[in-house]
Amino acid sequence: MTGGSDAPTLVVENLRTHFFTRAGVVKAVDDVSFTVTKGRILGLVGESGSGKSITGFSIIGLVDPPGRVVEGRILFQGRDLASLAENEARKLRGSRIAMIFQDPMMTLNPVLRIDTQMIEAVQAHEPVDRETARQRARDALGKVGIPSPDERLKAYPHQFSGGMRQRVAIATALLHRPELIICDEPTTALDVTIQGQILYEMQKLCRDSGTALIWITHDLSVIAGLADEVCVMYAGRIVEAGTVDEVLDRPLHPYTLGLIGSVPSRNVRGRPLAQIPGMTPSLLSLPPGCAFRTRCERADAACMEAPAITLPLANRPIRCVHPNLAASS
Amino acid sequence: MPVYFIRRMMQSVLVLFVMSLLVFVGVFAIGNPIDILISPEADQHEIERATRALGLDKPLWEQYGLFVVNALKGDLGRSFVFNIPAIDLILQRMPATMELAITATFMGVLLGIPLGMWAGLRPESFSGKLIMSGSILGFSLPTFWVGLMLIMIFAVFLGWLPSTGRGQTREFLGVHLSILTWDGLRHLAMPAFNLALFKLSLVIRLARAGTREAILQDYVKFARAKGVSSRRIIGVHVFKNIMIPIVTVLGLELGSTIAFAVVTETVFAWPGMGKLIIDSINLLDRPVIVAYLMVIVFMFIFINLVVDLLYSVLDPRVRISESKG
Repeated sequence: MTGGSDAPTLVVENLRTHFFTRAGVVKAVDDVSFTVTKGRILGLVGESGSGKSITGFSIIGLVDPPGRVVEGRILFQGRDLASLAENEARKLRGSRIAMIFQDPMMTLNPVLRIDTQMIEAVQAHEPVDRETARQRARDALGKVGIPSPDERLKAYPHQFSGGMRQRVAIATALLHRPELIICDEPTTALDVTIQGQILYEMQKLCRDSGTALIWITHDLSVIAGLADEVCVMYAGRIVEAGTVDEVLDRPLHPYTLGLIGSVPSRNVRGRPLAQIPGMTPSLLSLPPGCAFRTRCERADAACMEAPAITLPLANRPIRCVHPNLAASS
Repeated sequence: MPVYFIRRMMQSVLVLFVMSLLVFVGVFAIGNPIDILISPEADQHEIERATRALGLDKPLWEQYGLFVVNALKGDLGRSFVFNIPAIDLILQRMPATMELAITATFMGVLLGIPLGMWAGLRPESFSGKLIMSGSILGFSLPTFWVGLMLIMIFAVFLGWLPSTGRGQTREFLGVHLSILTWDGLRHLAMPAFNLALFKLSLVIRLARAGTREAILQDYVKFARAKGVSSRRIIGVHVFKNIMIPIVTVLGLELGSTIAFAVVTETVFAWPGMGKLIIDSINLLDRPVIVAYLMVIVFMFIFINLVVDLLYSVLDPRVRISESKG
């Protein structure tokens, strides 16, 4: 978008990932499209169960049965990941595309030492000997700010704090300088100061090395400080997209409006906190029409039909027939 | 670590003491060995002489006191029947039982873990379900019946394997072992499999449950996200995690395998400790029964200790104050 030579790192087109359960088909990701460019950060926002994590797993090819990508294209540097054979996909995972998970307490194997887990990540993609791989691991740990990495390599995960474990996971993800990193709420389980440090480092990395980042979160304040673009997801669909400034300053979709309104702020101290009424509908029994209809104060008869993507303003695709066009704060 | 070790040792001594009391009183209650040992035609005088000779005329507490004092000196009494120290009799028979139990355990592990992991990775497949149904049979069929069936099929109908005894043995480090000769191996195969069957089923179930749990964990997903091959994920990430419960259970089971090899040894006429204890119970050979049970208790305590130590090797989280030690 900036320079002409900058082809997008990732283009997702009409992605649909469904889970074929006994109770019925769960459309976890339903017609999702977005683009991530080199050196940019895309925020994927939504409540639990909105399909944002499954979108991430679909891209890296780790959707577990009974789920699978049923439709759409995932073009990574021009190659369609959705139609890639498992072995080809494995070669890309960890080397060109990396993923960082939510709970650092769970992502490292408790019975294997850090060096084992990092060396195997190096050797999975490059035929180097253990010693070279160990040095790579050590350098990567040093880069993410882990003191005395040589010693820490010999430690087990339980000897690290949550923040340190997440740094280990990040260092592991960075081992092969991937072009795309999918971050699935990596700071949700950490306290705020650690979250700040990690956000800072990820942002720096993204700028310096031109890595494209997809940041999955439910936390709008993280998105506000970190991302360039944002996609708001609801019930498996992207309901609103745009640059962070535009979306947060002037939300068009009632759901985005509600999300922003739900962030506690000092200005309304003492008053009851705002919330979106109701809860995310079960993906098994979505109401016909707009999925947000049952919780939306603007809903009327027109919402009984599923809204298509419209562009009420330039570069502001949304899925709503009653966009909030009144100028807001 | 040393403090932990000393505490364990003191507990062990206490357990040994309590067990010896229970065993002694229990065996005393079974009946008077004189009635069986001495010929029915013996007169009153002879009976009294024999009773005195075996020390059975003294009251229970005195007999027990004597036993404890001697036991502390390493003497667990003399067999009434063979008139040699009971402990020698047991140690003579021990290698045969140990060989059987250890072979059975290895069989259980070497077959059980791969089968269990296979079933855990493909829970919906036909082979996975077949393995699980098989393990239910392994659990529920009585050992003696399976032993008899094995003899019937492999010894009687097919004539492939011999049905009784240890076969040819070879001495290794002063111990006679069947496993070192072809003939011995053929003799060992059936009883070992018979004894292994229960353990095999247990390991299959543990491995399957562990695998199914482990593959859903985030660390497996993260390993996949790193691009690690699925062979390594299963062979290293999953395997090391499922070994923790398996080692615990197998350790405990090894004790009972040795203790309850009785049935298999009887069916296959395997000359081990189990057969000795059955014979001794039939003859009310009190010192042998008591000594045998003491040896078994000691073995249980020892195995539990080894398992605890092994556990800390497998699971880094339970390493007790490693940095200080």
